[in-house]
Amino acid sequence: MPKDATIGAGDKRREDVRFLTGTGNYTDDINLNGQAYVHFLRSDVAHGRLNRVDTSAAETMPGVLRVFTGADFAEVGGLPCGWQVTDRHGQPMQEPAHPVLAQAKVRHVGDPIAAVVAETREQARDAAEVIELDIEELPAVVDMKAALDGDAPKVHDELENNLCYDWGFVEDNKAAVDAAFEAAAHVTTLELVNNRLVANAMEPRVAVGDFNRATGDSTLYTTSQNPHVIRLLMGAFVLGIPEHKLRVVSPDVGGGFGSKIFHYAEEAFCTYAAKALNRPVKWTATRGEAFVSDAQGRDHVTTIELALDADNNFTAIRTETYANMGAYLSTFAPSVPTWLHGTLMAGNYRTPNIYVNVKAVFTNTVPVDAYRGAGRPEATFQLERVIDKAARELGVDPIALRRQNFVTEFPYETPVAVAYDTGDYNATMDKLEEIGDLGGFEARRAESEKKGMLRGLGVNCYIEACGIAPSNLVGQLGARAGLYESATVRVNATGGITVMTGSHSHGQGHETSFAQVVADMIGIDASMVEIEHGDTANAPMGMGTYGSRSIAVGGSAMVRATEKVIAKARKIAAHLMEASEGDIELKDGQFTVAGTDKSVAWGDVTLAAYVPHNYPLEEIEPGLEETAFYDPANFTYPSGAYACEVEVDPETGKVTIERFAAADDFGNIINPMIVDGQVHGGIGQGIGQALLENCAYDENGQLLSGSYMDYAMPRADDVPFYAVDHSCQTPCTHNPLGVKGCGEAGAIGSPPTIVNAVVDALQRGGHDVKHIDMPLTPSRVWAAMQG
Amino acid sequence: MYAFDFTRPRTIDEAAKALGAEDAQALGGGQTLIPALKQRLAMPSTLVSLSAIPEMQGVCRADDGSVCVGGATPHAVVAAQAAGDFPALADLALNIGDPAVRNRGTIGGSLANNDPSSCYPAAVLGTGATVVTNTRKIAADEFFDGMFTTALEEGEIIVEVRFPVPRRAAYAKFEQPASRFALVGAFVAQYDDGVRVAVTGASEDGVFRWAEAEKALGAEFSADALDGMAPSAEGMIGDLHGSPEYRAHLVGVMTRRAVAAAG
Repeated sequence: MPKDATIGAGDKRREDVRFLTGTGNYTDDINLNGQAYVHFLRSDVAHGRLNRVDTSAAETMPGVLRVFTGADFAEVGGLPCGWQVTDRHGQPMQEPAHPVLAQAKVRHVGDPIAAVVAETREQARDAAEVIELDIEELPAVVDMKAALDGDAPKVHDELENNLCYDWGFVEDNKAAVDAAFEAAAHVTTLELVNNRLVANAMEPRVAVGDFNRATGDSTLYTTSQNPHVIRLLMGAFVLGIPEHKLRVVSPDVGGGFGSKIFHYAEEAFCTYAAKALNRPVKWTATRGEAFVSDAQGRDHVTTIELALDADNNFTAIRTETYANMGAYLSTFAPSVPTWLHGTLMAGNYRTPNIYVNVKAVFTNTVPVDAYRGAGRPEATFQLERVIDKAARELGVDPIALRRQNFVTEFPYETPVAVAYDTGDYNATMDKLEEIGDLGGFEARRAESEKKGMLRGLGVNCYIEACGIAPSNLVGQLGARAGLYESATVRVNATGGITVMTGSHSHGQGHETSFAQVVADMIGIDASMVEIEHGDTANAPMGMGTYGSRSIAVGGSAMVRATEKVIAKARKIAAHLMEASEGDIELKDGQFTVAGTDKSVAWGDVTLAAYVPHNYPLEEIEPGLEETAFYDPANFTYPSGAYACEVEVDPETGKVTIERFAAADDFGNIINPMIVDGQVHGGIGQGIGQALLENCAYDENGQLLSGSYMDYAMPRADDVPFYAVDHSCQTPCTHNPLGVKGCGEAGAIGSPPTIVNAVVDALQRGGHDVKHIDMPLTPSRVWAAMQG
Repeated sequence: MYAFDFTRPRTIDEAAKALGAEDAQALGGGQTLIPALKQRLAMPSTLVSLSAIPEMQGVCRADDGSVCVGGATPHAVVAAQAAGDFPALADLALNIGDPAVRNRGTIGGSLANNDPSSCYPAAVLGTGATVVTNTRKIAADEFFDGMFTTALEEGEIIVEVRFPVPRRAAYAKFEQPASRFALVGAFVAQYDDGVRVAVTGASEDGVFRWAEAEKALGAEFSADALDGMAPSAEGMIGDLHGSPEYRAHLVGVMTRRAVAAAG
């Protein structure tokens, strides 16, 4: 067991002390002098023409400072989209305007129409109630396939139709893929839905805009996973404020899961209104607003086909997916069903021919964007479900079929553009069989049967691409941003260290794990290292936290900066000990001269750097502070194998998860306890998607599950105790820590495991059920059993 | 929420008087009303809290043997105080919502609201209890009048509920996955003169008695007596969480489970 404060030690999360004692500093805890409050009047219809917004009565209500409408933002830029996808024919996607406040039309329930700023929240809300609206309701477009009918109403009148793009990947391979299907000995086809989800971070979104009349500087406090990205997008594209006059602060953030990556209208509004009114302006979302204004996740409808030869080798995969964009393009929405989804269709398997077609569709629903896993869960779900179905059709063991087709030699160039650097899929499957006690399944099944319950076993693999991403590559793929990460390591005179990272922690425990890395490199106690994040005034330009990228990219930047610090400290130590730099060794916070008993402590060197009385000033500058930017050479490819055992109550259709085992390969591990927690949380969300969560709209575009009365979140008694292992480690070959990332794995790997298990239970119980769409609610499972 | 006045009377008379004011509204535990106020779905002039009236609190045993629950008694108190005399009722109360709900929500509030998915109406109708108000006594069979509707007059206060204690009884609930209200809940009670079965959660008309099951169980009190039985799907609720057919099916399943649990 590694000692505390080093890489590999399970240090307790230092940030939890403040989170658990109510002393965190969340955005809603920020209250500025003279602060006013904004209430957004939102559309209660999914699609309508905005004939008139009469704010005259609202303006005279008590406490009202000003009422804003779309007209106030006519000259202000719209919310930008950060990724441009090019379609099958080489044309750019259709990209509609996304106004801060609705102009001319409303396009989803929750679309903001007007904003009332008042002295108090209640006054703002009172005034919003007397705004007179004349909205001519239009037929709503909800179903994706219907949205593509020639006579479907258009979500955006200025676009040709509701098709954002029709993407083919890899288009040049299509003929070869079709030929492989012609030659196949067996083809398995599966149509499925990847259900839409509401992110439901524990902390709803909050924004506080502030303007300093003396300096002309704007500040936005916001619940963001990437404050620098918000500063760039909002400053450059929406409000026209250069970075040096705009500060964005994301203090403690209570969960994001992707939904806090994006730049939202409320952020731009609060920043704009603070300047217009010369008052700080605050907005705190209610839970109800979160349901209709936070970007939602998933929502794919897919047909996948798997071709096999006579020996059950996978020969080709062909998919057609309809991906819901919602009413507008959220910041990274176009990338999710394409580059974060199509590139993962090879999974853990050697399939020589793959073709992925994705039709992204506008509908009168809340915008959809990245949600924990972002595209990779959708890829994994369809692939691992169709493999399971194929195994059943062919009468072969689903684990054996997977093993037979595993990629076993690395690096492996997939036919879908990415190259896996390392992995050992048989090792994780072996580990899974051990920790999941798969050999004991039959005995447990017999016990369940005695109780009248149907027991099933589901197994699958996953691979994901994270550590996003090489900037030059994503630039070619349409990203309008780089995806490096940054860190400044500031060593103070007495030896303590402040690290300012461009990554952002909103539950991941960076303050603990990042400190372990720096402490380990120098050999000092982790308590000497403080991790700061979330303030563009301090940290160098960074791209933030999502896509399991923080340790792989942000951690690598921090390692590079720390290496620079150590290199300089070594020079100082050499000077202090009158030795050659090449002979200096650093261990346990002591610099020594090889072969002698000379040593100076870390603190002696750092003090010399800032009190340079005895210092090589002619060679190096005083001070000890270094910055590094790290741009990864490749994605990282965590992988794993998951197993789940369920019991299905044949009378009610209720599914309970009895056992869940996860064997993951995350490469090297910094803090195994935090990794366990990340996997637990990810699987919890996977269970939510598979069994409970259902973001459903009716045909008029009204959200049917707009509160926790109807939207089922997983609770403690919905999840089992997990068997989690990450001892299978094939370190990443291209980053300095050999790490791969672990944040999304559980959410990516687990939904197919659960569905595989339920289908297995029903099959063993004599029900010929081939598939059930998520969530597998009791009523759906019961209906499937009725045939 | 909109502004309102708040009063917390100490007696039933004071409460009735306060409720006589225009747009005054009674406040039990607030588990439905407070969220509605927060969403600005209700605009009472005055909220009259019923929580400080001593005679509306607690569980006792009447001379005729019935278990009497004060109208403002929280679920957690019923769970604790009725456990000896009427374990099926205590068990029902113990499984409503979560601890916060059980410590605030009251039996009177639940019955007056008559949510079609709440648990207490099943116990009241399933036992043929008597709802005692500040002006009269209402038999359970006369009290429930469809979803969110009861026989209560404007300003009428549920002071007490009197449950005749059955020979054996049990409540079986199948939870709606999100709210964990009853998707279907069945309360079965056997008395010397017959069996009562009341079902909550399932019907568009709110809680109802399942006469066919009562008859079958009256002849033979066993789960097997209901084998294959389910009410018609017609008139059952169909929503995101289950079709009318599914709910009708669950009525059969949950009633059988309640009978089995009643032992």
